[in-house]
Amino acid sequence: MSILGTRVVRTEDPVFLTRGATYTDDLIDERLTGALHLTLVRSPLAHAEITSIDTSAALESPGVVAVVTGADLDIAPALLFPGANKAMTRPFLATDRVRFVGEPVAAVLTEEFYQGEDAAELVDVEYEPLQAVIDPLAAARDEVLLFDEAGTNTAAAYGYDTEPAADFFDDCEVVVTQDLVNQRLAAAPLETRAASAFWEGDRVTIYLSNQNAQGGRDEIAGWLGMDKENVRVVLPDVGGGFGAKIGSDPEFALVAWLARRQGRPVRWNESRSENMTGMVQGRAQRQTVTIGGTRDGRVTHYRLDVTQDLGAYPRLGTFLPMFTRMMAPGTYDIEHVESRARAVVTNTTSVAAYRGAGRPEATAAIERAMDLFAAEIGKDPAEVRKLNVVAPDKFPFKTKGGVEYDSGEYAKAIDLALTEAGYEQLRAEQRARRERGDVRQLGVGVSSYVEITGGGAFAEDASVEVHADGSVTVLTGTSPHGQGHATAWAMLASDQLGVPIEKITVKHGDTDLVPRGGGTMGSRSLQTGGVAVHQASAELIDLAKQRAADLLEASVEDLELDPSNAAITVRGVPSAKSVTLAELAAQEPLKVDTTWDGKKPTFPFGAHVCVVEVDTESGKVTVERIVAVDDAGPVLNPLLCDGQRHGGIAQGIAQALLEEVLFDEEGQPLTGTFADYGIPSAAELPSFDLVEMTTPTPINPMGYKGIGEAGTIGSTPATQSAVIDALSHLGITHIDMPLTPLRVWEAIHAASEAST
Amino acid sequence: MKVEITVNGEATTADVEPRQLLAHYLRDTVGLKATNIGCDTSSCGACTVLLDGEAVKSCTVLSVQADRQSVTTMEGLDGAAEGRPEHPVTAAFHAEHGLQCGFCTPGMVMAAVSLIEHDEDLDERKVREGLEGNLCRCTGYHNIVRAVLVAAGKDPDAAQKAEAASGAPRTAPGFSRGEAGA
Repeated sequence: MSILGTRVVRTEDPVFLTRGATYTDDLIDERLTGALHLTLVRSPLAHAEITSIDTSAALESPGVVAVVTGADLDIAPALLFPGANKAMTRPFLATDRVRFVGEPVAAVLTEEFYQGEDAAELVDVEYEPLQAVIDPLAAARDEVLLFDEAGTNTAAAYGYDTEPAADFFDDCEVVVTQDLVNQRLAAAPLETRAASAFWEGDRVTIYLSNQNAQGGRDEIAGWLGMDKENVRVVLPDVGGGFGAKIGSDPEFALVAWLARRQGRPVRWNESRSENMTGMVQGRAQRQTVTIGGTRDGRVTHYRLDVTQDLGAYPRLGTFLPMFTRMMAPGTYDIEHVESRARAVVTNTTSVAAYRGAGRPEATAAIERAMDLFAAEIGKDPAEVRKLNVVAPDKFPFKTKGGVEYDSGEYAKAIDLALTEAGYEQLRAEQRARRERGDVRQLGVGVSSYVEITGGGAFAEDASVEVHADGSVTVLTGTSPHGQGHATAWAMLASDQLGVPIEKITVKHGDTDLVPRGGGTMGSRSLQTGGVAVHQASAELIDLAKQRAADLLEASVEDLELDPSNAAITVRGVPSAKSVTLAELAAQEPLKVDTTWDGKKPTFPFGAHVCVVEVDTESGKVTVERIVAVDDAGPVLNPLLCDGQRHGGIAQGIAQALLEEVLFDEEGQPLTGTFADYGIPSAAELPSFDLVEMTTPTPINPMGYKGIGEAGTIGSTPATQSAVIDALSHLGITHIDMPLTPLRVWEAIHAASEAST
Repeated sequence: MKVEITVNGEATTADVEPRQLLAHYLRDTVGLKATNIGCDTSSCGACTVLLDGEAVKSCTVLSVQADRQSVTTMEGLDGAAEGRPEHPVTAAFHAEHGLQCGFCTPGMVMAAVSLIEHDEDLDERKVREGLEGNLCRCTGYHNIVRAVLVAAGKDPDAAQKAEAASGAPRTAPGFSRGEAGA
């Protein structure tokens, strides 16, 4: 029986559960012995000219080895996203101007950690405050410019060069429009950013907490003006990423530069409050949706307008609205779709990817629009969805977002979710509570979603080597931060080679070991890196058969692998000789390197139903249940797959109800610690009901799609919808996220004012 | 200041700054790295250890406050020295997939050990409330809660089974219920 599809517990766990994983700040590499501690002095103002920096007092502080300012640097400011306005570069340490609270201004190097905290306080920076612009819609008006030489705050625009046609919706019987806020979130991985670096001659090794070793190497080499062969990036265990650890941070290059300048290794591990302003954040879109169709429920027209808040320096966030536009129509077969987006800088923390990265924003918009449309025509929102989803016989389906959905059964997913949730009973219960005038009202939200995984970067390398002792080493260009690749990739190799997973070692995240690779992001790992391992293992068997043919005096076509003992045998001849892979490896190295060219992304999908109780006196929301149908094709390991779904669902509910990064009008962060930023604990969440459904993709031989972000994409709109549904009898049609008790209470209060 | 702290049964001693946090003592002075530091505000619980048997966040305790006391970290649980998760809690975290990136795990495990020791009659709601001080960003807590119930000798599916047997609606208050924005 194949190991694939079975619930294998993680091979990583014994270390994680005994001595603990080894994160960047835990490393005991002798080449880091005597490392200096880096403490960054960060701007307390969102927008200001720097008039002077006095480091003399800090230099006198105990343990201080150096205080470095931007004037000392010989690395030029970098454009952190290639497609953005070229004038919007970021210095590694600000010299003349700061553009967000938390921007690094000076670097303090000390012998010990506590000394750095003391000395950083003594660096005296004088600022001349400038007017800050925080709201992206205001920033788009260019009244306050962040980069004078750019002449605009718009870093990039997509389809924004012409005005939308005024008559676009003229054919519709019903048109509804709504402004939406897809609020800014902090990815908040439990491990903050960390880096350490040491030099050996002209070559630097940098340990990073990151999602992509190879990409990090390339970026850092570029920033430092080095050949990438002279930069080695190693990712040890990584304590969560959620998209925010895609791409390198300027701080990483600074750590390497400082180590070279001082001739000593340097370590940096930021505090949580630094992380909450310094690490890239996610979402941060303002949207306007307009949806039109017929009174009997057919949606024919949809328009999406996006303003992406980029924060102070354009980073990966510049690309997010492209994903949002691509996925704008969601699961629906809508004849006329148009969208446009612009990405603007503001005096806030930079925005990049966060779990889903542009796709949750698309789904939240279209799902909200479907609810508004259903409410306008007085039909059940689940029915309106089923009426408009792409029919199963239409795949592959070329969408109006400009992509091709590979496979899907959207209506079936909705039906499964509704049945599991007991939708009809829930609606009956809702009616009964409304008739009784209960304080606690019931709400049911339904979402239908499709997402793109493996989008953008398709190919991935893998290498599989069998050793003379029968053990196997797998090298992969993807690198995990909690997903369980070591177990999953070992299962894939084991399934092909007949070697037990205990004898298979999976290595990743070291550019010397694996020079090429795309890292782990966009739920791409299994469908690219995993399929590459599958392919490499198959190719290794072919190679083994060629080597065994002479030995066994049989033609290659007659040979097969016996999975019970990892031996090449002659098909149909039980008495014939056989040779094990280990024996072949003992003769000469038995290794295969391969590249899986995925060619196309895949489109996992699903439907979620969320059931909430809303206390109409306090505004408090209680999540009673969430039912999730998430179809990412065949499941390699249900344990790992469900784990990804659980985590994603939790983060999706958190966006709907709790989390929001806030700045005041002057750009001061109001959610700079975990005491202010509402990450849900176990007490605020329910257990989750997962429903299985499997629709393979034709894009790869395993049928695999990605699952890492799906839970987030489906659960957010279902939860937002459920809360609004609970209050719809009061005339409430929309509340922006997060639906905190205050915001819900205010909406109820406003509705009751309006009705009296 | 000189402190003597028993860590996982072994006597340790060092001359420390009065302001040094116990978390830093464990990590940097003793060299036990399982205990992690995830925030500055005692919110995340990644640094949770047992101090004379009580769960504390070691970032809110000074090393000098732990003088002449006994600290247990995840490295001190059954089987940890041999690299085997044999303590009922670590074994259950393994079996139930109660961890992903692993950063919250040592603190979560120690909080769970304390919770189980202090309450013989745990159910899902009590576990959720008992772990309120420990944040996890990966698992959505679903499997962590299951693992703690399993370690406590409770059937994590008991409530669902009872509901199924009674025919009661799954949305009935009491089980699987989270209060957001509390």
